[in-house]
Amino acid sequence: MTITEAPRIVTSRLEHEDSHTLERYLATGGYEGLRKALSMSPEDVAHEVDAVSLLGRGGAGFPAGRKWSMLRKAATTYLVVNGDESEPATFKDHLLVERDPHQLIEGVLIAAYAIQATRAFIYVRGEFALGLERVQSALNDAYEHGAVGRDIFGSGFSIDVVVHPGAGAYICGEETALLESLEGKRGFPRIKPPYFPAAIGLYGEPTVVNNVETLSNLPWVMINGSEAFTALGGGRSTGTRLFALAGHVRNPGVYEVEMVKTTFRDLVFAPVLGGGIPGDRELKAIIPGGVSAPWFGPEHLDLPLGQDEVGEAGSMLGSGSIVVMDDTTCVVRAAWRITRFFWRESCGQCTPCREGSGWLEKILRRIEDGDGREADVDLLMDVCDNLAPGVSWPPQQTTICVLGSSIPSSIASAIRMFRDEFLVHVKDGGCPYG
Amino acid sequence: MSSAPGSGHLSADIVTRARELIGLYPHPRSALIPICHLAQEQDGWLSPEAIDEIAALVGLTPAEVLGTASFYEMLHTEPVGTYVISVCTNIACMLRGAYELLDHIQDTLDVRAGATTADGMFTLEEAECIADCGRAPCLAVNHRFVGDVTPQSFDSLVDGLRAGTMSDDIPRHGTLVRVRRQGGLRVDDATIRAERETAAAKATGGA
Ligand SMILES: Cc1cc2nc3c(=O)[nH]c(=O)nc-3n(C[C@H](O)[C@H](O)[C@H](O)COP(=O)(O)O)c2cc1C
Ligand code: SF4
Ligand code: FES
Repeated sequence: MTITEAPRIVTSRLEHEDSHTLERYLATGGYEGLRKALSMSPEDVAHEVDAVSLLGRGGAGFPAGRKWSMLRKAATTYLVVNGDESEPATFKDHLLVERDPHQLIEGVLIAAYAIQATRAFIYVRGEFALGLERVQSALNDAYEHGAVGRDIFGSGFSIDVVVHPGAGAYICGEETALLESLEGKRGFPRIKPPYFPAAIGLYGEPTVVNNVETLSNLPWVMINGSEAFTALGGGRSTGTRLFALAGHVRNPGVYEVEMVKTTFRDLVFAPVLGGGIPGDRELKAIIPGGVSAPWFGPEHLDLPLGQDEVGEAGSMLGSGSIVVMDDTTCVVRAAWRITRFFWRESCGQCTPCREGSGWLEKILRRIEDGDGREADVDLLMDVCDNLAPGVSWPPQQTTICVLGSSIPSSIASAIRMFRDEFLVHVKDGGCPYG
Repeated sequence: MSSAPGSGHLSADIVTRARELIGLYPHPRSALIPICHLAQEQDGWLSPEAIDEIAALVGLTPAEVLGTASFYEMLHTEPVGTYVISVCTNIACMLRGAYELLDHIQDTLDVRAGATTADGMFTLEEAECIADCGRAPCLAVNHRFVGDVTPQSFDSLVDGLRAGTMSDDIPRHGTLVRVRRQGGLRVDDATIRAERETAAAKATGGA
């Protein structure tokens, strides 16, 4: 086991019961990173962030510094925080929003200063009632403290930060859908190009959209410097990352570990992390990176937790979620439940996504229920091929957003890894797992 | 014609708070969803009267408000129970017994997922991942999270809700954010830009 001694960057305060309060925040170095940033020029702050290769933690893994540098020059610029976290089995931003809202706000302010945003919006998933209350309270206290609002800490920099609640729609996590939602509309993803809101974003103005965890790293980066950050991790995957570990493990939860130097095996089996599989059962498969990602088998356990390492192995770190399935798991049922999710959450704009998700869900359900036909397995792959031609990784795009082309991942994984199980369902007229 | 804002259905307090929300955004329509949450705080759902009044507040037609609101899971265009119980059955919860728990809940409350109990107390929903998977199986009551749920712990939760002993932790349906915004700039982007330009001119000229 190689659990490293890497510092906790975004979870350093969580051992304290009152980690969400201004008092605790100030007692643990809070708002020092912002003070430091405000003493530098905005360009230098942006440069520092560019230097650390801070890969976006929301799913796509795009470097934050590069994203900022792509902003179209304009009088009005917006910063929007993606706190919509709804990818199944992902629950890390939820933790940061509830337990360390000041760290997020400080990160927002540092980013807003670097890109000279005129206003910042923190879009928080509507279901996070406590999180919304915590962020709003923290923001009220931060205004009072002089960390937000007019002439922050006497620096001459002013900005308003607005907390905005969502209202329950997975698709609003997709950044262009999120902007539509923030404009008070249905969460329909926008047609690309433009590929980045940095060109045309909120109300048509240049906009940076960053994830909660991405921004929560910034106070540490400002205080400790880019070299301390890049000393952690490896390759492009610098620093630490939060992994939300769920399913068949003894200790499900959110763990902050050093990237690349930690492996899937460490995360699942180390006693201080996942603690192994209950009942010492065998591992059947893991879903890395959220339910849009292709699955891995036990042979992938020693893969390092790095963006490029996992990408080259045919999947992704995505949203930082890892679901463990032991040998009692019915993979048909697992693939069905994931597909049902996509069917319920498809926004309906694109035919392959809207219709494909529904057909796939129905076919999987009838196999699980014992009404499947032998040809159904190939039929599933055929429909998957309509959604993402070739069913390759990364998937080919046929739809406005990548929700549609993500649907085949779990089904194709289940069939490629466990085709026999599908056939047993068909032959025996039902699920052998009961 | 839609009714004028403040014409009666939404309370004066809600209308004041709605106007404050509108002031936070460059365009009034952005306040639409937050205001829908406020209307639900009053009624528990979005009644046609509330929709008319919201439309007038943000400068849309009632159809536009309804068309937008109906996209969102949390906004209810029909009445719901005092407590909306959202049971997650997504992958992490399913692997830890969510469907068996849902069966127990349906039997106990004598209601199917998607419906409301006859006494109007509980609406049961089968939810997608509520981001509490570390405590699977889990559920939310009026968006307050309850983790590691067993049939026994569910039964005592229901007892507590029926007895009214939990209303501090779990307010009635619709009350989302009980913390009001205080402070803030309340100036538009143009003013911010002008201030920054002056500051920048001073910095280059006077340093
Ligand atoms: C269907 C879909 C759902 C997404 N959901 C989220 C989400 O809940 N949170 C998030 O931060 N990013 C989500 N993303 C990614 C965002 O589009 C965007 O890449 C991200 O917020 C950018 O922030 P980052 O660069 O800091 O990671 C989603 C993308 C897609 C296609
Ligand atoms: S791919 Fe699906 S979710 Fe994305 S825009 Fe098309 S229909 Fe909507
Ligand atoms: S899968 Fe149930 S809360 Fe995430």
